[in-house]
Amino acid sequence: MINTQDILETINMIREENLDIRTITMGISLWDCVSEDTDRLCEKIYDKITTRAEHLVRTGREIEKMYGIPIVNKRVSVTPVSLIGGASTPEGYLKIAHTLQRAADTLGINFIGGFSALVQKGMTVGAENMIAVIPEALSETRNVCSSVNVASTKAGINMDAIALMGSAIKRAAYLTRDDNSIACAKLVVFANVPEDNPFMAGAFCGVGEPETAINVGVSGPGVVASAIRRAGDCNLSELADVIKKTAFKITRVGQLVANEAAKRLDTPFGIVDLSLAPTPAVGDSVAYILEGMGLESCGAHGTTAALAMLNDAVKKGGVMASSHVGGLSGAFIPVSEDAGMIAAAERGALTLEKLEAMTAVCSVGLDMIAVPGDTPEEVIDGIIADEIAIGVVNTKTTAVRIIPAYGKSAGESVEFGGLLGTAPIMSLNTYSPAKFIRRGGRIPAPIHSLKN
Amino acid sequence: MKAVITVTGKDTVGIIADVSAVCAKHRANILDITQSVLSEYFAMIMLADIDSLNIGFSDFVDALEELGRGKGLVIHAMHEDIFNTMHHI
Repeated sequence: MINTQDILETINMIREENLDIRTITMGISLWDCVSEDTDRLCEKIYDKITTRAEHLVRTGREIEKMYGIPIVNKRVSVTPVSLIGGASTPEGYLKIAHTLQRAADTLGINFIGGFSALVQKGMTVGAENMIAVIPEALSETRNVCSSVNVASTKAGINMDAIALMGSAIKRAAYLTRDDNSIACAKLVVFANVPEDNPFMAGAFCGVGEPETAINVGVSGPGVVASAIRRAGDCNLSELADVIKKTAFKITRVGQLVANEAAKRLDTPFGIVDLSLAPTPAVGDSVAYILEGMGLESCGAHGTTAALAMLNDAVKKGGVMASSHVGGLSGAFIPVSEDAGMIAAAERGALTLEKLEAMTAVCSVGLDMIAVPGDTPEEVIDGIIADEIAIGVVNTKTTAVRIIPAYGKSAGESVEFGGLLGTAPIMSLNTYSPAKFIRRGGRIPAPIHSLKN
Repeated sequence: MKAVITVTGKDTVGIIADVSAVCAKHRANILDITQSVLSEYFAMIMLADIDSLNIGFSDFVDALEELGRGKGLVIHAMHEDIFNTMHHI
């Protein structure tokens, strides 16, 4: 018989410590939908998504029952729409966004990602047309997510694209001003974007991906926090070991679910994303892990070091538990989605500058940060440029998902509900980077990109 | 294939009988039981062979959960693979 202690440990992780599978995301290639006629293109896109992912939600529920573990989201990611709709006008791209929403409604999935463009080196006419309607696309749909890759270590930083994104973010905030500027929560700007990421808002099915693939993202900050609590006053080498072992267990469940989903949906398994994804639920927080490691508050000096160790240990433990690792893989620090981060920001312990430093050593970037609604566009551009530079120079993924909450100022907060949580509006350094941003052009790739 | 059935709640007469009856009805063969009662709190872990189930596993899980709701117990049935995968290399 299976060891009673192991059974109780697993059940405790799920019932008490919020262990869940954050998402099963089916990547679907849309290359074969390409058509010059937008209506025909939309029809083919709708048919392909609803055929390939027809059983995704039902299968997710069955696996949930089988293993007794919640699978919080079932999602679809598609080939970047800027590529598929290359011949489209801005209106045509908007039509595609509505088609994606219609497909999401039919399937009953939580999100559909891929209203995306890859413009790290420059913009095609198609990409420009798509970016032009991102604010409308996100304000007129509910479940469509958008991402734009504006930089890579190989290509450098496309500052013209960053300037466009600052303006798109401001307009998206305005268009959804009656709904806490929620469109911005569905839009992310990337450097070195991964092509098999199962997490929103940045998921899309990359150009080198197969027809379809199952990518799974795991969660489990609560489990790691509890393990650290149980470890007591050990030193950091021992603590790293505790985190590794816990991450191994969490990731093994992700791999199990991914294999089962791939088998049932007759779809190749893609990757498991070795993630620590928090939720606003008390106890499911990455900030609490850092505080459990010995910080008075997340954001205190020492936070970056603690996060670096946590992130590394999560990867080391997870990598042996999965046959293919990909996506973002690491600890997430989305402020609004993490009860501990919210509290730290509200008490003034966690500032935007500290968050920026933290992103140099963890998974993503400035994620779900709310700033005053009157923040100038160029300041947002500057925030994006700084964050993107960290990714480009460190050969890692970084991203910005920022919400200039329309009509709100520092000290207030915006409530998004569900997994997106509540964001305290953080104050900003508003000295202007406008002249620097307006220079435009491309910041050259760093010297260490020349590896051949 | 095996399922792990866990039952927790306030101790009353006939818990094992009730759970066993649902297993028998749906042709789940009980292989092993460990149980304890601590300060009126009942906890049981049961291992059952589910190869010959006469309903889908999801329905079996539902049947046990429903029994639990009626008796004030928390009953979960989970496929053994989640435990094997998590705790064995």
